[in-house]
Amino acid sequence: MKIVVAIKQVPDRDAPVRIAAGGKWIDESDLQFAMNEPDAYALEEALLLKEKNGGEVIVLSVGPERVASVLREALAKGADRAIHVVCDDLVDRDALGVARLLAAAIQPENPDLVLTGLQSEDLGLGQTGVMVAELLGLPHATLILHVERTSDGINAKRELEEGWFQFIEMPLPAVLTMQSGGNKLRYATLMGIKRAKAKELRAVSAAEFGVDTVPAVVLEQIALPKKQKSTQFLSGSVKEAAAALVEKLKTEARVL
Amino acid sequence: MSGILVVQEASKDGRARFFQETLAAGRILSGLTGLPLEVAGVGDPNTSLFVVISGPPPALAHAIQHPLLETYTADGYVLAFEELIRKLEPAYVVFPHSYQARDFVPRLAVRFGQVLIGDVTAIEAGPLFVRQLFQGRLNASYRHQGAGPCFVSIQSGAFSDDLPSGGKFTIYPFTPTVAAEDIRAKPGEPFRGSVQTVDLGSAQRIVSVGRGIKGAEHIPLVQELATALGAELAASRPICDNGWLPMERQVGSSGQTVAPRLYLAVGISGAIQHLVGMKGSQCIVAINRDPDAPIFEVADYGIVGDLFEVVPALTAAVKAAKQ
Repeated sequence: MKIVVAIKQVPDRDAPVRIAAGGKWIDESDLQFAMNEPDAYALEEALLLKEKNGGEVIVLSVGPERVASVLREALAKGADRAIHVVCDDLVDRDALGVARLLAAAIQPENPDLVLTGLQSEDLGLGQTGVMVAELLGLPHATLILHVERTSDGINAKRELEEGWFQFIEMPLPAVLTMQSGGNKLRYATLMGIKRAKAKELRAVSAAEFGVDTVPAVVLEQIALPKKQKSTQFLSGSVKEAAAALVEKLKTEARVL
Repeated sequence: MSGILVVQEASKDGRARFFQETLAAGRILSGLTGLPLEVAGVGDPNTSLFVVISGPPPALAHAIQHPLLETYTADGYVLAFEELIRKLEPAYVVFPHSYQARDFVPRLAVRFGQVLIGDVTAIEAGPLFVRQLFQGRLNASYRHQGAGPCFVSIQSGAFSDDLPSGGKFTIYPFTPTVAAEDIRAKPGEPFRGSVQTVDLGSAQRIVSVGRGIKGAEHIPLVQELATALGAELAASRPICDNGWLPMERQVGSSGQTVAPRLYLAVGISGAIQHLVGMKGSQCIVAINRDPDAPIFEVADYGIVGDLFEVVPALTAAVKAAKQ
């Protein structure tokens, strides 16, 4: 089974988010970056499928030079090779613009399966994977937890709302977007990190694909959210704050 | 039509889901653009999917019907909506931000060279569509440009519609061209994940724990607080993903929706997927070390600090208050 996993590098969850001058994007200067968590689950499922069925896992990411580090991390975890679509204007592209780059990079590989996370932790658009499926003319399913290879395709466990699930059968090739929590994520071993150094990491310029179009949607402005409620913050020492909170819950909110 | 097409989704029992909210968003958009509203949905025009309508127009509904659409598939729905949208040529198509819409609308949008402006929480003059970034830590305003329908999906609970019910549609049946071989996926019957032994929905008090707890070994710290408060223990998704608490204790869009008298969030940043599951709680308390964590946007009371210090102090204070 030849599997392509599309991975996004996103600002670390705990990194402070500051709005950049101009109010159109965040200040990326001191940010730490990490692998988008749902994509890490997609990678894990791909590695498990390879362990069971054999084949090759290719990881793919679009972004500036820094995204090579998540590709190296994926190689260290067990992916076989990596493709880096080098692109410095990711923020100016809409989801379709990014999906076109991914699809153009995937097409010549002719994979059996394309996996990616169901959404990114930064933009949360949740559509890039589905768009890649349409651009490649392949069937897709979203919110997948597990994938089984069958004689004529795959059988995937899909999460529905409110604690419901279903199995969905599909022919290959197909595109799946993965929900988090289906597996336990592996760590890269020292041996893995060492081996990764010898693996192929191919950089391609986004311009080479010639798929650039005018975005249909433009991000006008970012801002801090308005508060829906005015929070009473309880200050002082930890002990004082705790006592004050209990008092408030008893006499003001009357929930104790 | 060059108007606004509001799409409604049928629930398992055939009634409309999220429809009043989606319609409310459609009405705001109609007010801002001056465009008329129409409604579309997949289902029998005689079912309850099409009988609930309230207030002023839309008066027109399009009932999409086809035997191959009785079970939802992305392939089938994309084809059906593509054909309807090409026929009606709406300027905007508004969906509820449901799992179903998330599954097929991005694919539908690509057929028109468009993207989905998803999970919209507000619509402002422009029109500008507001949605959240960075797990709720920032809001972003998006603008659609160029020709082609603008696809929007509406976050559950973000819009409310207080208009009276009782209006009536003129319903146009619409039969799209769909062939069996167009549908490539075979979806199975939905089933429940596990036997629910915890009913968070009926709990009066809930103590809920998030990533800030750092490891399974620290869960007892929060359990003690829950016990002192006579509360059920719940969690945000990552805690259950990691297996630190069972999935049935998950609160949020993929878990349970709760509205207890007291919801105490410990080390939960407040990503939107979590907030939609608990923001209806009567009294919300948040303990978090980040004063800018989005959980404080919905909290009545907050303590900014290290949960490993605050939680034991709070447990002690609750016990002391009981004596």
